[in-house]
Amino acid sequence: MSTATLEPRVHAPRNYLNADYGWKSWLFTLDHKRIALLYMVSVTFFFIIGGSFAVLMRIHLVEPQGALVQPETYNKLFTMHGIVMIFFFLIPSIPAVLGNFLVPLMVGARDLAFPKLNLLSWYIYLVGGMFTLYAGLAGGVDTGWTFYTPYSSTYSNTQVTAVAIGVFITGFSSILTGLNFIVTIHKMRAPGLTWFRMPLFLWAMYATSIIMVLGTPVLAITIFLLALEHLFHVGIFSPALGGDPLLFQHLFWFYSHPAVYIMILPAMGVVSEIIACFARKRIFGYKIVAFSSVAIAVLGFLVWGHHMFVTGQSIYEGLIFSLLSFLVAIPSAIKVFNWTSTLYKGSISYDAPMLYALGFIGLFTMGGLTGLFLASLATDVHLNGTYFIVAHFHYIMVGGAVMGYLGGIHFWWPKISGRKYPNGWAALAAAIIFVGFNLTFFPQFLLGYLGMPRRYAFYPAEFQVLNVMSSAGATVLGVGYLIPLIYLMWSMRYGPVAESNPWGATGLEWKTPSPPPTENFPEIPVVTEEAYAYAEEEAPLD
Amino acid sequence: MQGFPFQPEQASTIARSVDYLYFFITAVTLFFTGIIFATIFYFMIRYRRRSPDEKPKAIEGSLPLEIMWTAIPTLIVALIFVWGSTLYFRNAEPPRGSMEIFVTGKQWMWKIEHPEGQREINELHVPVGRPVKLTMTSEDVIHDFFVPAFRVKKDVNPGRYTSLWFQPTKVGTFHLFCAQYCGAFHAGMIGSVIVMEPDEYERWLSGGVAGESMEAAGEKLFQANGCITCHLADGKGPAPSLLGVYGQPVHLTDGQTVTADDAYVRESILLPRAKIVAGYTPIMPSYQGQLTEEQIGNLIAYIRLLGKVQAKPQEEGKQ
Repeated sequence: MSTATLEPRVHAPRNYLNADYGWKSWLFTLDHKRIALLYMVSVTFFFIIGGSFAVLMRIHLVEPQGALVQPETYNKLFTMHGIVMIFFFLIPSIPAVLGNFLVPLMVGARDLAFPKLNLLSWYIYLVGGMFTLYAGLAGGVDTGWTFYTPYSSTYSNTQVTAVAIGVFITGFSSILTGLNFIVTIHKMRAPGLTWFRMPLFLWAMYATSIIMVLGTPVLAITIFLLALEHLFHVGIFSPALGGDPLLFQHLFWFYSHPAVYIMILPAMGVVSEIIACFARKRIFGYKIVAFSSVAIAVLGFLVWGHHMFVTGQSIYEGLIFSLLSFLVAIPSAIKVFNWTSTLYKGSISYDAPMLYALGFIGLFTMGGLTGLFLASLATDVHLNGTYFIVAHFHYIMVGGAVMGYLGGIHFWWPKISGRKYPNGWAALAAAIIFVGFNLTFFPQFLLGYLGMPRRYAFYPAEFQVLNVMSSAGATVLGVGYLIPLIYLMWSMRYGPVAESNPWGATGLEWKTPSPPPTENFPEIPVVTEEAYAYAEEEAPLD
Repeated sequence: MQGFPFQPEQASTIARSVDYLYFFITAVTLFFTGIIFATIFYFMIRYRRRSPDEKPKAIEGSLPLEIMWTAIPTLIVALIFVWGSTLYFRNAEPPRGSMEIFVTGKQWMWKIEHPEGQREINELHVPVGRPVKLTMTSEDVIHDFFVPAFRVKKDVNPGRYTSLWFQPTKVGTFHLFCAQYCGAFHAGMIGSVIVMEPDEYERWLSGGVAGESMEAAGEKLFQANGCITCHLADGKGPAPSLLGVYGQPVHLTDGQTVTADDAYVRESILLPRAKIVAGYTPIMPSYQGQLTEEQIGNLIAYIRLLGKVQAKPQEEGKQ
């Protein structure tokens, strides 16, 4: 607090951070902002764990025969990497950290609708995470994050049940978060904040919450059936018991494909906020961007079969799922065009959050367009199950979702922490991540087209050059991720104190001090203008 | 369109047509990525902030533009959809007269059985220029038969048959990969497809390890397992005669009609009560767990052979 003491006392008023310092005030807090920080620390922890698995994998794949570990260990590494990153980092990242922090602030409320459920969701998440980590340490699991039967139910002798229970438990945390957001957005908007005055981040969180509430129970049921078969030999998925392994794939992807949109829709919301702020423009085609989020959420439930084109399912089934998968590309394309047009005749500054947001657009565009190869039946037959898939979904989930998360963290960091970070370092990190990401994953598109299957612990020597390139890129990417971790932690103590609205942004969260007081707003604000009213003069509240 | 850098070898009749579509989608991807990147860079420079208190005029949006950039991508994806689906449908069914080969996947090897009785592991010898149809099943978990040079791939599932076909156009040795994760040595479940000149293939077939043909092995199983006791050829036994049945419609007690294909015959052996032929009683025992996948494959080959024998009408099907 050395910087703060130099300033007059007015700069350190009561806020949610200095309200109380005791550990109980954190572990039993009902304040959505503190719960957001609990989530931020936890997802960062899991990101580092999941990331270190990836580091080991990329080192291992430098040599065709495998440089580091036994094949069994490699299989556990990619399985744990996927499970940790998807269920314990990507799905909770933006909703549970930024959503938790921002939804009440953006709607102009003092907290979420159900603060106790909110805290409960964090504990559930933590219990699920610990269960999964314990299972990882006590032998690990080697089924791939997809848990395909009958391998997972009958043949794998690793900790499948324990990990599945961990994922099952964590699902309830998603459901509670989604429920909380839906109710809050419906019932707690400040006077004057009509649906079409809401920032697009809220639209994105709303669409995401619907998927969480509708989709996650299906995952829970699937895992429950898996456990039933595994423990009591009830024939559901295993043909030896009279079950059908493809049934598992249908159920699994019915949740897990929409789960991709749980990861990407929030990032799209973040990007809309950032682009508008740093171009000082209302988002081009606001309503269309808002509705495209809802369209993606709805269509996302109808495309799961595109994961199963080569399973031997009916060719007519393939035809329908191919068509629906192409349809979901349209709202995504519309969003990209609208973001780009928002820049037109704007006043564009290149602060770090904007660089992350533009990086998102670039990587998401590539990730989305490469999806066309996989929605198309004839090309999917060749590319399915290869590194092309790996590259494609990393462009969406890492290039897209993680870029969006980092952009959001950088955008709202002054609000969250009350401090500013060094913009130069942040811009450098954004550039390193963008370059490192492409170096890591672009070669994997080529590997996939050449025919290298994914989940191979060793591989024919002809694929080595591209694998080495990918591993080298991963080193750059890893460095890129470490830099923000360092300067953001540094800024909490040494960063310059942030004013209430350092970027000159619109939105209710910027009209309250940084960091906000525990009750968010001294008085509930009244909204009198559209979202992103950058064209008019703004009068700050404080 | 062969010889691009990072392009896998084209060695089947469909490889080239799949690659054309691949190149088209690549062009679409490059075009749109290029447009988006160029526009963003242009706007970033052209509309960079020149003074800190700049307040650009608001632009609400534009309906004509929205319609345009909804319609154009829709047309393009519609084209890709039709193109990709047409290719896929055209290649879904094997041509008549394809060579039939039986493939069993198991952790972590490919077992191949030629109709003439040749058996091989992790190698598949085929003649160039002839369509080959694979009927595949798995003894344990899900595997996936993938030959990149042929641009074909299909899951190999336990408990059911899937099939795949290709027609090699080039003599040589090509990778065969398992493309569905199947456990510890998934990466070791690889082999080769060896495409030979037809006369060389004949020599390979006749030389060496040829055991009895699949049909002959199936006939022995048909006797050893007692099938022959009930499925009398003249149709007077307690179970339907199997002459002339394979590939033909079968009428069931519930009024439905099914085609006697591999999947139906397999089901009738393992779960005989699932579909009962009209006019017969469900007395056949299940052979689940008593026959290996290869033995079932042999029985089917034999029943397929019986299917080519002319039978009297009304005496079709098998219970």
